[in-house]
Amino acid sequence: MSFLRDLPVKSFVRSLMVLVASIGLVSVAYAGATDMFAGESGTIKISGGTAHIPVMKEAAKRIMIANPGIQITVAGGGSGVGIKQVGEGLVDIGNSGRKPTGDEIGKYGLKMFKWAVDGVGVVVNPSNSVRSLTADKLKAIYAGQLTNWKELGGADKAINIYTRDKASGTRAVFWKKALGKGEITATANFVPSNGAMKSAIANDPYAIGYVSVGHIDESVTPVALDGVIPTLETVKSGTYPVARGLYSNTRGEPSGLVRKFVDYLFSPEGQQIATEKGFISAN
Amino acid sequence: MRRLDHVAELGFRVAAFSSAVATVGIFGFMAVLGYPLLTDGRLVEVLTSPWLPDQGAFGIFPMLAGTVLIASLAVLLAFPLSLGCASFVVVTGPRPLAGLLRKTVSVMTGVPTVIYGFVGVFLLVPVIRETFHHGSGMCILSAALCLAVLVSPTMILFFVDSFERVPLSQINAVDALGGTPVQKLLYVILPQAWPGVITGLVLGLGRAVGDTLIALMIAGNSVAIPHSMLDSARTLTAHIALIIAADFESLEFRTLFACGIVLYAFTALTVLLVRTVGTARKGAR
Repeated sequence: MSFLRDLPVKSFVRSLMVLVASIGLVSVAYAGATDMFAGESGTIKISGGTAHIPVMKEAAKRIMIANPGIQITVAGGGSGVGIKQVGEGLVDIGNSGRKPTGDEIGKYGLKMFKWAVDGVGVVVNPSNSVRSLTADKLKAIYAGQLTNWKELGGADKAINIYTRDKASGTRAVFWKKALGKGEITATANFVPSNGAMKSAIANDPYAIGYVSVGHIDESVTPVALDGVIPTLETVKSGTYPVARGLYSNTRGEPSGLVRKFVDYLFSPEGQQIATEKGFISAN
Repeated sequence: MRRLDHVAELGFRVAAFSSAVATVGIFGFMAVLGYPLLTDGRLVEVLTSPWLPDQGAFGIFPMLAGTVLIASLAVLLAFPLSLGCASFVVVTGPRPLAGLLRKTVSVMTGVPTVIYGFVGVFLLVPVIRETFHHGSGMCILSAALCLAVLVSPTMILFFVDSFERVPLSQINAVDALGGTPVQKLLYVILPQAWPGVITGLVLGLGRAVGDTLIALMIAGNSVAIPHSMLDSARTLTAHIALIIAADFESLEFRTLFACGIVLYAFTALTVLLVRTVGTARKGAR
């Protein structure tokens, strides 16, 4: 019986040790780029691109731990929302997974900061045996002309197409560079974010969709497009063509706390977060 | 004491006035922003054509169809369930069990929609997909089933309340005449409680039409006109949630106000209808 009583105590002690160790590590790691926020206080509101969210959240967490006087809120909505909201002055930073158009830049006086490069990869459920597609086949699928996995060497099941709404920068890049501005069938299912796309594909064995390469993990399987698998390496080298910059936009030249946040994204620590979250450093 | 009365009266007046102003104000806001659609005669076009933004067509007909199909199917599923459940709770069920059921239902009314949506995505959708072998499982049927679970507690509580308002003397009379519980329900309670049942039904329908999250998470949000219960579809509410993003000046954005006006008009009409039915019945008696 004694081992039963020992076990929870031991594991408790162990987790306590891990906790203490990680606090030690954290304080070492954080005493760096976050120094520039010393003595600052205030709020930063961020919204827009959903591909950016993991990096924004991690950066916000580190800054807020280093300086509890700073409040950073991170919301999604899609690239269109980000550009719109920062332009209308509703948020301080509007993220977009596409370059803002000339119109948008002119109208709002946007200042763009491209802090990482990201690919948009076609993904299927891990149980799907189809692992590669040609660009023409992909276009045919999204146009609703190719409707069964059997025609691609998979199971005899209808293809369930997933897409994003028009505010999505991920959709804009995918539509332009992977589909060649081809048609997207009206019968496609719509999901509102990169995260929602991933969970939809992970739950549907006959699904096809597209996500930011930074969001690809073991829950979804990337599909090679014309023989090139979307990975960090292929996007970086340029062999995988469906890529885009990740932008953080401000209205006019940023100042104060917002300026520091942008600088933080470009600091070695900020860039390291971007790399850890699966994006390619812009430097 | 008089002073307190004055303050209280003033407070109530302010509350009543501000809620009325908010209701009218919201309608005014939508009417003003949707006005350009009405003046250039595009409203009919918007209500009847498909949504193909790449080709410049911003019709909301598929969303109208999606809303009507999902909400009515949900209520169709929830109504018999709720009526049966309410009858069990008030009339036929054994005391302790009926009491327990009633408490459970009360708790269910407070569960946030997103919980139902979440459970629907991970439990219901795969079952529907594997059972019917049609599409992704994100479809009208899945959304309607989930919505039925969402709206039934509201309907059940309304039905229970209206059943219990039937005068005790009449119920005792049935018992005295040797009527069975089922006879009591069919010949005394239901005919008396009918206006309350209709009110509960309409409230349920209103909730089903107005709910955004379930449809957004489970119905699939396709913009094609649905042809079967297993097709993916988009509701007006989900459409507003998905498109709110786009350009504020575009026609695309303006059509959202058409969605808003339709939803508003629908709710107003149903409420008025219920009121008329209710008063007509009272007058007849």
